[in-house]
Amino acid sequence: MTEDHLVFKALADSTRRFLLDLLFERDGRTLTELESELEMTRFGVMKHLHVLEAAGLVVARRSGREKLHFLNPVPIRLVHDRWIDKYTERQVSALTELKDHLEETA
Amino acid sequence: MTTADPTTATTQVYRVYIKATPQAIWDAITQPEWTERYGYGGRGEYDLRPGGAYRGYTSQGMRSAGAPDLAIDGEIVEADPPWRLVQTWRMVMDEVMAAEGFTRLTYEIKEGRAGVTRLTVTHELAGTPQLAVLMSGGREDEGAGGGWSWVLSSLKTLLETGSEIEFQPGAPE
Repeated sequence: MTEDHLVFKALADSTRRFLLDLLFERDGRTLTELESELEMTRFGVMKHLHVLEAAGLVVARRSGREKLHFLNPVPIRLVHDRWIDKYTERQVSALTELKDHLEETA
Repeated sequence: MTTADPTTATTQVYRVYIKATPQAIWDAITQPEWTERYGYGGRGEYDLRPGGAYRGYTSQGMRSAGAPDLAIDGEIVEADPPWRLVQTWRMVMDEVMAAEGFTRLTYEIKEGRAGVTRLTVTHELAGTPQLAVLMSGGREDEGAGGGWSWVLSSLKTLLETGSEIEFQPGAPE
């Protein structure tokens, strides 16, 4: 699977997008903190975090005994530069198509 | 439930995978002839020993738009070429950000499989809210560049394809 594919796949899920939004609001959170914001088992949240990590959208770092999760926006930037800039003359419609694509596959 | 350390809550972590050797990535970060070719496009001068100086200069385009010569200053904390670089980092070209003071920046380079190298940039931005917004790309619409994700995206493009994007201050893409 290509890098782009992993990013699109990871973004095509509302729970995972919600996790990214949580990290965007405040970065460097533990699994316990993230879990408290979701109506989901700890295992379920872990699975979603693994998909986000595999796509490079979340970077986990150890800090003492804790594992902290950080939002990594670089893959989104790369998708932007690769797919959006290319269609610069019809930028707005390309963004709309991306939105439709993500919503369809969600 | 634990309370997050205020330092980690204001730390930004960026990671990119680049098809290049660790040495090529190290050179792109620390050699002025490379730093001029991606991101904000200014010369970066490093005295690569603990306590050595770091100076990041503005690009020609930024100076034409009225910027001073020096953009960033700092000091090397740790240099382990081509794997790890820790330094202090202060944006001095803007008065408000200059007053926010020094931040800590860490570059970690890790060799991966099939010639792909992992670069992780950790920027500790405690007590520097204005700089944190700039580095996260929050002022890109004003033509202030897209921060770290934009810098690293252009670094990847340069090392993998050789193509350069010229930063136009005040003129968003």
